[in-house]
Amino acid sequence: MYQRNELLTGWGRTAASAATVALPAPGEDPRVALESVVRDPHRAARGLVARGLGRSYGDSAQNGGGLVLKLPSGGLLLDSDSGTLTAEAGTSLDEILRVIVPQGWFVPVTPGTRYVTVGGAIAADIHGKNHHRDGTFGAHVRSLDLLTADGQVRTLRPDSADEFERDLFAATVGGMGLTGVILRATFGLLPIETSKILVDTRRTRDLDDVMERMVAADDSATYSVAWIDSVAKGKRFGRGVLTTGEHAPLAALTGPDLKDPTGYNPSMLASAPPFVPGGLLTPLTVRAFNEAWYRKAPLSRDAEVQSIPAFFHPLDGVGDWNRIYGPKGFLQYQFAVPDSGAHVVRLALEELQRIGAPSFLSVLKRFGPDNGFPLSFPMKGWTLALDLPAAVDSLGSTLDSLDEAVLAAGGRFYLAKDSRTTPATLAAGYPQIDRFRAVKAAIDPDHLFVSDQSRRLGL
Amino acid sequence: MINAVKQPQSVVLLGGTSEIGLAIVRALPTARLQRVVLAGRPSERLAAAVDELAAGLAGVDVSSVEFDADRPDTHAEVLDSIAAGGDIDVIIVAFGVLGDQEEINAEPAAALPLIQTNYVGGASALLQSADLLRRQGRGSIIVLSSVAGDRARASNFVYGSTKAGLDALAQGLSDSLVDAGVSVLVVRPGFVHTRMTEGLTEAPFATTAEAVAADTAKAWAAGKHVVYSPPVLRAVMGAMKALPRPVFRKVSAR
Repeated sequence: MYQRNELLTGWGRTAASAATVALPAPGEDPRVALESVVRDPHRAARGLVARGLGRSYGDSAQNGGGLVLKLPSGGLLLDSDSGTLTAEAGTSLDEILRVIVPQGWFVPVTPGTRYVTVGGAIAADIHGKNHHRDGTFGAHVRSLDLLTADGQVRTLRPDSADEFERDLFAATVGGMGLTGVILRATFGLLPIETSKILVDTRRTRDLDDVMERMVAADDSATYSVAWIDSVAKGKRFGRGVLTTGEHAPLAALTGPDLKDPTGYNPSMLASAPPFVPGGLLTPLTVRAFNEAWYRKAPLSRDAEVQSIPAFFHPLDGVGDWNRIYGPKGFLQYQFAVPDSGAHVVRLALEELQRIGAPSFLSVLKRFGPDNGFPLSFPMKGWTLALDLPAAVDSLGSTLDSLDEAVLAAGGRFYLAKDSRTTPATLAAGYPQIDRFRAVKAAIDPDHLFVSDQSRRLGL
Repeated sequence: MINAVKQPQSVVLLGGTSEIGLAIVRALPTARLQRVVLAGRPSERLAAAVDELAAGLAGVDVSSVEFDADRPDTHAEVLDSIAAGGDIDVIIVAFGVLGDQEEINAEPAAALPLIQTNYVGGASALLQSADLLRRQGRGSIIVLSSVAGDRARASNFVYGSTKAGLDALAQGLSDSLVDAGVSVLVVRPGFVHTRMTEGLTEAPFATTAEAVAADTAKAWAAGKHVVYSPPVLRAVMGAMKALPRPVFRKVSAR
């Protein structure tokens, strides 16, 4: 199996570590990689973790001094009778969408980037703009194949008759690759008549305005998300742009769109240069960007026809956009709080404004009910995600005090975004963490599956 | 694990009673600190350093292990025993002795223990630390050099030469570790008021262990590879190195 040494970081480009990266060729048995680690006590002590496209922001998919397994993409099996797709874990949503959209299908859940793998989507139990309606990606998984520490490949289903298999499925969805290596999965698809989205856009006055409108949209909109202007002050504090969307029925299309209703042609428009100096994103430039972004949105517009990439994956149009934060990198602070903790959304925006941490990507979303998987992040209520340059002074201590406010409100943090929290803070947000630990202890007693993040957080 | 905002969880101090070393432990970000190990020869002073540090760092596991700079053959074993208790984020190499140049001038053999501790012991500790962190795929080394190594002067040139050697080793090592996820920060303090310099005539730009530690922590967080303390010494030593020898002799003898 081809292996090479690599210095790895997450999408935020912080806290690099060096690992041996194993790249099995399509068809090559990934058990060979597992066995090579188990056989050698020195390598076993450093363990292994699977890595997809490295879109987790922190240290979830790196394993200093150990093995990192990158599975290849593979063939897709579309069953249009049952509306399911079977895909190899290393296959990206980008590759999947190119195949299924022209055939009239869509993925049940997509995050803000299509450059995530199926394995990563399950391991992080990702969510999208439709969480309040449709839940997480993991909620749509019908079965998955998991390579476990004993060298076995187990096929797990959420409704398995075997209790341990059900528990192992639940611990694997959202389990950040710590129960084993996800090899492939079968998940439900959404039938679509067209590849277009009908988008309603509302510019909102302030934070109360956007939050009221979002609660109201819970029942009416399939997809909803708000971008928040994190630097606006005074009366405009928390203003933003709310977009909601529905898959366009055929009847809604006109003109050239009708020629090819399920046409799908995502393309990359530009790429960030390979080296960007630090200090580009200052409060001043972020303020200018936010002002322009707010003004660019229409005050109110209904049923605008947008493409899938434009609505779901706007940042994928710019390759390697994470480089704009310069060599010190950035982090994403994302938390979820129940509806009763809505005040924490305001507090977080206020505190980060106070220390002058410029965030130009601040996203507010509604979450529906949690799915009961022990490490799955979403919970009924709100989630706020803020991109922050890591080099800001006192960012660490400010986020620590925000952590306390989030926990006090009954909230929690997202492992796929975390790069800085503590074992205690993480555990306090996940009341079922002991259920995860029990499964981990049973299926991987020697902690063969480890990451920098699992070491940092004692998972 | 050192996290995205550069907060370490575990720190090892080789030379567990070094005043500058202990000050650096306190000056590094402590918000995520879980474990500190002071490595040194067992002594009341080492035990007191453990107690004092633990008192200032609530909830942090502070302990000591036996470590002898003058026994390089044991260095790997000591480091491995510390790593058995969990990954190490930062290793500070802080031991060293000043020696007595006049004694060496009278009896050349008196230079050997100084060279043994500062250079042989220092080089061994550095190389073994780097090896351990390389196996972890990540970590930081902070090594105490000295401006005395920038240009050796008549009044302490053996000490200066040991620091010059260690400094050069650390810089080359740093470059060799670029792809290993391991970084090395070389600290070059000027005259620091500590036990080691007690009774000596103060040199210009004299500073304290706390000030050196603050400069070091700042440089570490910024990802620097070399730091002078006080920072003005970078320019001063740059000028010193350019001086003609007769002038340097006069200036450095003051």
